[in-house]
Amino acid sequence: MTQAPPSPQPADNDSVGIVVPQTLHFDQPLQLACGRALPEHDIVYETYGELNADKSNGILICHALSGHHHAAGKHSEDDRKTGWWDSCIGPGKPIDTNVFFVLSINNIGGCHGSTGPTSINPETGKPWGPDFPPLRCRDWVESQYLMMQHFGISQWAAIIGGSLGGMQAMRWALEHPDALRHCIVIASAMKLSAQNIAFNEIARRAITSDANFYEGRYLEHNTLPKQGLALARMVGHITYLSEDGMKQKFGRELKTGNLSLGAGSDTAVEFEVESYLRYQGEAFSSSFDANTYLLMTKALDYYDLAREYNDDPVEAFKLAKCSFMVVSFTTDWRFAPARSREIVDALVAADKAVSYAEIEADHGHDAFLIPIPRYMDVFHAYMKRLKQELGHAF
Amino acid sequence: MRFDLTLIQPWINANSRVLDLGCGDGMLLETLKKEKNISGVGLEIDPKNITLALARGVNVIEHDLNVGLGNFRDDSFDMVVMTLALQTLRYPHLVIDEMLRVGRECIVTFPNFGHWRSRWYLGHRGKMPVSKFLPYTWYDTPNIHFCTVKDFEALCEEKNIRILNSSVIAADNSQSELANRFPNLLGVTAVYHISK
Repeated sequence: MTQAPPSPQPADNDSVGIVVPQTLHFDQPLQLACGRALPEHDIVYETYGELNADKSNGILICHALSGHHHAAGKHSEDDRKTGWWDSCIGPGKPIDTNVFFVLSINNIGGCHGSTGPTSINPETGKPWGPDFPPLRCRDWVESQYLMMQHFGISQWAAIIGGSLGGMQAMRWALEHPDALRHCIVIASAMKLSAQNIAFNEIARRAITSDANFYEGRYLEHNTLPKQGLALARMVGHITYLSEDGMKQKFGRELKTGNLSLGAGSDTAVEFEVESYLRYQGEAFSSSFDANTYLLMTKALDYYDLAREYNDDPVEAFKLAKCSFMVVSFTTDWRFAPARSREIVDALVAADKAVSYAEIEADHGHDAFLIPIPRYMDVFHAYMKRLKQELGHAF
Repeated sequence: MRFDLTLIQPWINANSRVLDLGCGDGMLLETLKKEKNISGVGLEIDPKNITLALARGVNVIEHDLNVGLGNFRDDSFDMVVMTLALQTLRYPHLVIDEMLRVGRECIVTFPNFGHWRSRWYLGHRGKMPVSKFLPYTWYDTPNIHFCTVKDFEALCEEKNIRILNSSVIAADNSQSELANRFPNLLGVTAVYHISK
């Protein structure tokens, strides 16, 4: 008789399981970089893992352009999709919820429950829409700082973010140097390139030229600039993938129709890639707010880590006290490895502790969301030192 | 610990800032951090080594030494170390220039191709030496620029590089004294402490 194979583990034993988003209301005005203030605001958030007794195991997750608070787990048993960073957050995953307490919030200006352009402006009783104050990355940092105080945390074990999230993590290191021990910056940059800004401007133009945009007051007209937002997402999506990645995923495969000679033209020809992009665009346009998209892309464009430091990133980083881990992906042309190396060089020149890995991946910018084996190895290896600092033996 | 790594430790000051080129799994930096409280960072290109160094708590930057050190500022480190990597570089002499620009002092260790076994292997068999220490065939080897103790010292003289200390490691510790009298013949690994 042969030995019975070990019984299979439940498929999601490394998942944080079912999570319930929470909302926190702040009734004090939040002073913003633009000079205006938000009279009051809500933050919707999720937490995973347990905060330890001395509150030293907190990790803050900063989300990217279209991200939100739902980073890991599911909202219900039959939820088809997990949180956007479920690949990295969970028991035994790089951001190990057996060890760390993870806070993931939806930034202000967002459209997933935190105060943003779709919220009601208390002064007018109408949705904020285009009148929502313009935001800078530092405004998010300040609102995240209020969350930190709410939880009674005086220092994060780490602040971790990819893309625009990495920019927030770096801003934290300069604005609140004592508030974090590690800053993990993935597929990010100290400022956008002209090419990046150009792509964002096309996306914004697509939205603002939609007939249903109504100068941003579409909610008051009971409509949505869906077509414009879908187009914006389609352009964005192309830039998050690499040429090789698209070639592998779609090639020139046809979804419908036939390109052979004499095949007639009963069915319109549609390439797989066209169908995919259209689906992505449409799905996004019914789940995301156009004003939020405009606001977030502008915050992204305006970000310049060293602007207030004589345009010298070395001078800027001299303020930081934490250790840094920087990660980039070879085929990411939106936040190219060269941008990450600039961060690393400035940190070395500023005499800061920094590690850097350039992960070979053909997923373009989206790679930071995907559990690529080497990426996970590097992430695990770095997180090991955070666990050791907390006194966990391995 | 590899013997060349033990040998160079006295030349590295406590609390100094060390850059380790080709740091491997980070053992040297980990030891120096523990014993001399240095702050250091390693450059490495091999993914497995990078993960090992990270897991040890050593700061490591993925970097190809063949693209140079142009991204590092002048005199930004007290000591720049490169152990057993010189012979793998496309332009070893330019990397040495760069090391001396980035660091105030440097330590270089390399396999000495002038060792009598290499000479004997080549002279007797007429073939490129293959040994336990250097196990590669000529056509598939990371080692593309072998040199001897004499070659290295000639390069230092040509470039006006000061040799602050030097030593060789013999095949066997008991031959150490003799090997340091005839370094180019009996030294398996050469160890140099240099500055501008």
